[in-house]
Order: sequence, then C-alpha cells, then structure tokens
Amino acid sequence: MSRAVWILAVLLSHWRRHPMQLATLLIGLISATALWSGVQALNQQARASYDRAAAIFGGTRTPMLVAQSGATFPQALFVKLRRAGWPVSPVLEGRVQVGGHSYRLLGIEPVTLPAEVGDAPTIGRASLQAFMTPPGRTLVAPETLGELQLAEGAAPLASNGTSLPPLAAQAELVPDVLVVDIGIAQKLLNKPDQISRLLVGKSRGLQETLESVAGDTLRLVEADAETDLDRLTDSFHLNLTAFGLLSFFVGLFIVNSAIGLAYEQRLPMLRTLRACGVSARLMNGVLVFELVSLALVAGVIGLACGYFIAAQLLPDVAASLRGLYGAPIPGELSLKPEWWIAGLAISVAGALIAAATSLAKAIRLPVLAVAQPQAWRRAQRRWLLLQSGASLVTFAVAAWLLWAGQSLIAGFGVLAALLFGAALILPALLEILLSLGERAARSALANWFWADSRQQLSGLSLALMALLLALSVNVGVATMVETFSRTFLSWLDGRLAADVYLSAIDDAQADAIKTWLRGRREVTAVLAGGRAEAQVDGGPVEVLGLPDDATYRDHWPLLQSDSGGWQGLQRGESCFISEQLSRRMHLSPGDRIALSTPGGDWPLQVAGIYADYGNPKSQLAVNAAALFQHFPGTPQTRLALRVEPGKIPALVTALSEQFGLDGRNLLDQAALKAESTRIFNRTFAVTAALNAFTLAVAGVALLTSLLTLANSRLPQLAPLWAIGITRRQLAAVELTKTLSVALITALLALPLGLLVAWCLIAIVNVKAFGWRLPFHVFPLQLVKLLGVAVAASLLASLLPVARLARMQPADLVKVFADER
Amino acid sequence: MLSVRNLTKTYRTAGEEIAVLRGVDLDIAAGERVALTGESGSGKSTLLHLVAGLDAADGGEIRLDGAAISALSDAGRAALRRDRLGLVFQQFNLIPSLSVEDNLAFQARIAGKHDAAWHGELVERLGLGALLKRYPEQLSGGQQQRLAIGRALAAKPMLLLADEPTGNLDEDTADGVLALACDLVARTGCGFLMVTHSARLAGTLDRQVTLHAGRLT
Repeated sequence: MSRAVWILAVLLSHWRRHPMQLATLLIGLISATALWSGVQALNQQARASYDRAAAIFGGTRTPMLVAQSGATFPQALFVKLRRAGWPVSPVLEGRVQVGGHSYRLLGIEPVTLPAEVGDAPTIGRASLQAFMTPPGRTLVAPETLGELQLAEGAAPLASNGTSLPPLAAQAELVPDVLVVDIGIAQKLLNKPDQISRLLVGKSRGLQETLESVAGDTLRLVEADAETDLDRLTDSFHLNLTAFGLLSFFVGLFIVNSAIGLAYEQRLPMLRTLRACGVSARLMNGVLVFELVSLALVAGVIGLACGYFIAAQLLPDVAASLRGLYGAPIPGELSLKPEWWIAGLAISVAGALIAAATSLAKAIRLPVLAVAQPQAWRRAQRRWLLLQSGASLVTFAVAAWLLWAGQSLIAGFGVLAALLFGAALILPALLEILLSLGERAARSALANWFWADSRQQLSGLSLALMALLLALSVNVGVATMVETFSRTFLSWLDGRLAADVYLSAIDDAQADAIKTWLRGRREVTAVLAGGRAEAQVDGGPVEVLGLPDDATYRDHWPLLQSDSGGWQGLQRGESCFISEQLSRRMHLSPGDRIALSTPGGDWPLQVAGIYADYGNPKSQLAVNAAALFQHFPGTPQTRLALRVEPGKIPALVTALSEQFGLDGRNLLDQAALKAESTRIFNRTFAVTAALNAFTLAVAGVALLTSLLTLANSRLPQLAPLWAIGITRRQLAAVELTKTLSVALITALLALPLGLLVAWCLIAIVNVKAFGWRLPFHVFPLQLVKLLGVAVAASLLASLLPVARLARMQPADLVKVFADER
Repeated sequence: MLSVRNLTKTYRTAGEEIAVLRGVDLDIAAGERVALTGESGSGKSTLLHLVAGLDAADGGEIRLDGAAISALSDAGRAALRRDRLGLVFQQFNLIPSLSVEDNLAFQARIAGKHDAAWHGELVERLGLGALLKRYPEQLSGGQQQRLAIGRALAAKPMLLLADEPTGNLDEDTADGVLALACDLVARTGCGFLMVTHSARLAGTLDRQVTLHAGRLT
C-alpha cells in the first residue's frame, strides 16, 4: 500500500512542476462534464414534467372512452357502462380563470379511478375523505400555489365568482392543473351531468361490448406507451442532446491533448520507476487511480457548473417547450440522484476514453527503451493515412444513413458522421495545403514557416478539429435559424392576414358579436372560420375552415397549388393540405382523399400544399361553409376581422369591454405576431447559448494546445533565435502561423457548416417536424462567423505568443546547455 | 577581430551568488583557431554565449571587429548573430521540419548572403550531396554535425563559435568533423573559438586557453 502511495506521489509531482498542464486537463474535463450534464439536467427536468403530465387522469398512457363527436357526453353512460362490467371512471375537463391566470380544471371521481392510472390513485387516496366531502379540496402542484401566491387551505375565487374548494398541494401534479371532485367541476364549468371522458381500467370478468351499451356514441382510444409530449418534443431534446454531446467531445479533445503531452513527458519517469523495480501492474493501477481521482474532482466541479448552466437556460427552455408544444415545465430545477451519479460517471468515462492511447502506451512500456529520435515525418504520414481512411469510412456511413435511414435518429446520425468524418480528414487537408504553401515559398523564413506549420500539425490537430466542429455547427445552426426566422416571418404574414382574431365563448356570443360588428364602420370584413377534428386514412387531422375571401386567397402561404384551387375549395370539392400531411401520406396536388365526417366520407381533391410551420399536427384546409355543412356540431366561434388601419386598438378595447373578452380570446395581428416571434426567439436563445458555449470550449481547446505546445517547441525556436531571428519576430511568425492554420480551418468550416445547415433543413427538420424550409445562404453572417473564429484564435494565441516575445534569453540559452 | 576585456558574469540563485567569470580577457585574430578548455561548470559555455550575444554580461566589454556587442540592443545582437557569427552546438540544433538542403542554406538566406557557388562547395565538402532531400532525423550524428557546421559557415561569418561540437560523436567521427570544420574555417578566413573538454582535440588548434576560477590562463 505504502509503495503505491509513493508511486502516486512521484506521479503527482509531475503536475506540481507542470501546473498549466494540470489546469488544462481539469478545464477540459470540467467543460465536457458541465455542458453534457447541463443539457441532461434540462432534458431530465422536461421529461419528468411530461411524465407528471401523462400521469394526470386521462393522459395518453391510459386507455379511455371519448365521444364520437362533441367535447362531452352524458354522465348516464358512465352508469350504464359500470353496470355492464366496464371498469370506467369519469373525468370532466375544462378551463377556469383564477387570479388572472387560466388553468386546466380536471374533475375526477376518486373511488372508481383505475389502479393503473400512473400516480393518480396516490393523489386520489391522499385525502380521499377531505377530497370528497364538502367543501372538498382543490389539488394543485406546489408551483401553482406559488403562482397564485396563496397558501394551502385558501379557497380562491374563479372569474365567474364561484369559490373553489380549499387548495391542497400535491407534488405529483403538473403546474397549471387544478383537480377537484367531478361534481364540483360540473358546477364550476356549468356542465351538469356531463363528462369529457371515461378512463378504462384493466378488464375484470365478462363485460358487454361497447356498442351494445353505448351504441356509436363513444369510441375507445388505446393507451400509448409514449406520451404525446414525449413524441412531440423528441426533436427538441435530441437537438439539446446533440449539442451536449458535441460539447462533450470538444472538451475531450482538450483532455486528450493534455494527457497525451503529460504522458509523453512522463515516459522517462515511468521507465525509471520500472527500472527501480515497480511492477507493471502496480504502476498501471496507480496511473488509472490517478486519472480516475482527477476525473472525479473535475466531475464534481463540472456538475456544479452544469447545474448553473441548466439553471440559467431553464427559463428559456421552459418557455420554448410551453410555447411550441404547450408542455408545462416548472421554472426551478429539481434533479434526481441519478443525474449526479451519471455526471461523475461521464467525467470518469471521458477521462478514460481521452487517455486510452496514452494509457495503452504506458502499459506496453518496455523497461529498456532504445534511444531513437522520433521520426515525426514518417509517423505523421502514417497517422494521416490512418485518419483519412477512417474519415472515408465515416463518410460512407453518412451516405448509407442518408440513403437508408428513415428516422430522426438516422438524420442526426448523418449529421454526426458528416461532422466526425470532416474532423478526421481535416489534418490531411491542412497537410496538403501547407505543403503547397511550402512548395510555393520563396524565402528561407517563409519556407520554415510552412514546414514548421506542417510539423506542428500533429500537436494542434485536435484543437483545430474542435474548432472545425464548433465553427461548422455554428455556421449550420446560424444559417438554419436565419432561414427559419425569415421564412417564419413571411409565413406569419400569410397566415395572419386579418387584423383582429377573436374566439367567442359559444355560438350565441359569436352571433351577438357579429351583430355588434355590423354597426362598426371601421370593420371592413367579418370572416367566420372554424376547426374540427377528423381522420384521413385512419390518421387524425385538424380540419380548418377558411372563409372565401381575398384576405385568404391573396395571402395563404401556398407552397404548391393547382390553378383554380380556391374555386374548388369554394365548391367544397377540394382542400389544401399542410406540408406535414403531404409528407406523411405522400400526397400531391391532384390526389384524392376521403375525409371522415359525422355524415360519412367527404371526398376531396388535393388542390394545394401550404406551409404550416410549428404545428405538430397534420392539418387540411377546406371552405368554412363546407366545413360547417359536413361537421354540423362545429362551433362557429372563431372570427377574423379586417379593420381600417389605425382603428384596431380602439376596436379591440371596445370588443373587450362589450363582451368581456380577454387576451386569451381576443388578439390583434400585431400582438399575435409579437407573441409568435417572442416564442421563436426564446426557442433559439437556448440554441444560441449552447452554440456560444461550444465555440468557447473550442477556443479553450486551441489555447490549451498552444500553451502546451509552446513549452515543447522551445528547442525548435531557440536555434532560430540563436541564428539571429529576434524574439519579437519569432512571436510574430508564431502568431501568423497559428492564425493561418485557424483561418484555413475556418474557411474549410464554412462549406461544411453550409452542408450541416442543409442536413438540418432537408433531413433533420423534415424528419422531426414534417416540413422543409427553403435553403438560403447568408454571406454576411458567414463573414461574421469567420471574424469570430479568427478573433477566437487570436485570443487563444496571444498568451503563448506574448510569453515567447517576453521570454528571457536565459530561458532560450538553456536549450543549448549540455545538461539539458 | 574579437576582443574581450575584463568580462564578468555572476549567476544568482536562491541565497547564493556564483561568479562564473571574474574578469576574462581574450583576443582572437581573423583566421585564428582557439580552443577554450576548462573543468565542467568553469564558465566555458557562458563565455561563448556572451560572445555570441545570447546572454548579457555583468561587466566588461566584448568587441567584434571594433563594434561593442554589449552595447547592442536585442535586435542588434540578433543581427550580429545572423550576419557575422556562426554557431555550432553539441546538440546540433537543426530545424527538424526542413530538409538537409534547406537547413544548410537557412542562415545564409535569412542574412541575405546566399551564394549558390559556396553552397554547392559546402555540399560537396561536407559530403551531403546524396542527403539533400533527407530530414535531420534521417541523418547520423556525424552527418548532423557536419550539416550544423555547414549551416553556420554558409553565410561566411566573421567568427565561428562552437560549443562542444564533437561531444556527441565517437573519436573517429569527431576527428573527421573537426578537420572538416578547420578546413572550411581556413577556406573562409574566419576566426574559430571552440569549447571542448578534449585536450587532444584542443591540441590540434592554433592556440588553447583554459578557464579556471573565472579567469583565462
């Protein structure tokens, strides 16, 4: 034991003499762990929220019976089904306004709740007596209590003046949900004897068929292993994970270069230890122990940094998920112990991966090493050939995935293989360019400049690969976001062509509003639309009713259409379909579909395809009048208004005062666009932050590589100084050299980045969302990123170059001392 | 040509001062070959480094062809080494990224004194003709040192300074390398100051000076 401690002390003495190397190693591990665990924290938090949402009575993990048409059905059906042996439990759902916020109200019947409804029984049985007996209880998530600024036991008032039962916190619930007894919910929502759905428990004994009990009033919706939110947000989380993984590998590049150098410098020490009688097994054991200990220290710091990063990004992530998918995510991080354990494990695994080659070298170390000068040129050629071969294999994998892959994972696989292959082939490309420069050089110093750059390549290549990856991902994502931004804004102009949008509470109110609007001269058109849920070829679709008006004809964001498409719509014979539906069902203009309606199939010809960015559902648009005709129960509550310019705010205020409409059901176009743009910007704020982190880590990788190289390069620079090149000149040459290779790398990153953007737009987005953006290149943005890359390289080079410029002659003279 | 007067140099380490040179006087004429000997740690390399302008003296004066080296700035000393001095080290200190041919011509080129005829003669006399496309790592020790001497003399310096140039070579190779160096020195007419431990090799030069207790004898 004491022998191992002594060996460890000897090994650790290296770090005492080379603190910069130790700092580099720790910085690499900390960056890798922090970014990876930060992203994992965000994903874990979001997924935990989805699970909580799914566990709420009637989430997609429970089979349920819903009405064939309409939102609710009579409670009598519940009684009939129970008597017929169906293990069903009723739920009524609606929305109530409390304290200026809108909440989802769920009314449940705890006695009949099926045991397998996730966490539901726990919630129901927690205070069954108090829940069911007057005044009852309103179960809420702790976050909702905070939002309402009320304590447990308080009985808040709903906006219609009705008092809710006293509040009770339930940790298992998601925010924005209020759970009460179904009787109370029926009163609050003014839906006596009505229910929204029946949760179905596991079958017990014989039961009659659904049709024999309920006729065709109800239909069974099977449980889904994956929640809707899981599925919808997959791409978002995959995107975060991809960034985390990229940053992790960029961090490992730093670790690899630091460990590689440290082990190279310690080889003589290791040989001496072996010569002194230390067994190979003991020495290797201590080496691994040392590495794991350092990784654990870095892991703890990395986890703390990861927690901080996640806490900083969570508000934006929560806003994005809420805005894009309606997913409720609490604003505070609560992490499971697994996250901490996984973070430490990833740090240790990362250190072992990064040190694998160095450890293998140390393990195979012969006691008596033949003193042979390293034939760097031969070794470099072999290494370049191997790497280029691996790169070609990786490109082949990318091509195969592109050809054969169908899933989103395959899309990201193409991206990963492309980036990895490009990183692997980078040193070979640089070698070719530098040798061309060497051939073209005319002066001795220029010749040395190029030749020495080639020699430095092996030491700098990992940092340059990191820079290439970070830059190309930055270019790719920035191009995609900019494309998205421009397309999204022009699409919003098309979709939100009317000036004011309102949604009445019911048809009666909608009629009253229409009558009132007829007296308003500033209103030039009242366009009544509607939405219905239906099926095409067994798949769910949202059916949008468009009024026949120039507002839509002139602006609707059609990607492709038949001539006379709008006339076909007006006759109720044609429809426009969203791009998502077109891709999902491989439909093109001219194809025919059958839309299932309460009155039977409605045959429609596809007259056009329109962009429907950001909508996770498939959608088709038909004429509004035809929609109301085929879906008689559809509420005619959605109105779009054309208003004279400058008179919109006054009209909105008047409507609000006259009909008690608020921001949820009355919006002017400008506010809607502003809200949509705000959600869009917050969504990409997270991406931008991760982008910046990755670039910063690549900058650190370059800095640490240059710092470690600076020490080992002294024997190569000192003779030049002795020959008569001043330290300042040497520093200038070194700076130019680093900037040159960084610039070449950045220039190579631009086409790669555009390829990444194309992959994101043409593969990943299509697979994730079902729509494709037009591909644009933004030259100014590319120039800006090129500038950022050069600036990052300049910053990374400044410290080692300044050290060289200020180096004392005594330090350089040491190179020539025999005792060296 | 080289005149060193009352040169002093003291190294200061933690709590200790070591006076390595305590008033060294030395003159070398053009074409003269001088061996500098002395015990390990006597200050031979220090004296050579001071003459080369690689280090600064605490006191005294060094003049090369009348110009005071100690008065020169860092850039001035660099120019002096580039244009008027040739340096050869025990470790060869060749540039690993350049071929033999480029290494040989390197100093002459940066000094703007490249002479193709002289370069060709050096290649021939150093026996490097078949090795020009190779790299330093592919040469033997003797070949590397011959190349280092060639690089130092390619710019036809005024003074060639060599610090244990044969310390890494076997006796026969050392003799061959030194003979070649002396031959080329005679051909260029420059002065030659060589630090060596070998009394035998020192005896082959025109004059031998020994550094002892900080002074030349």
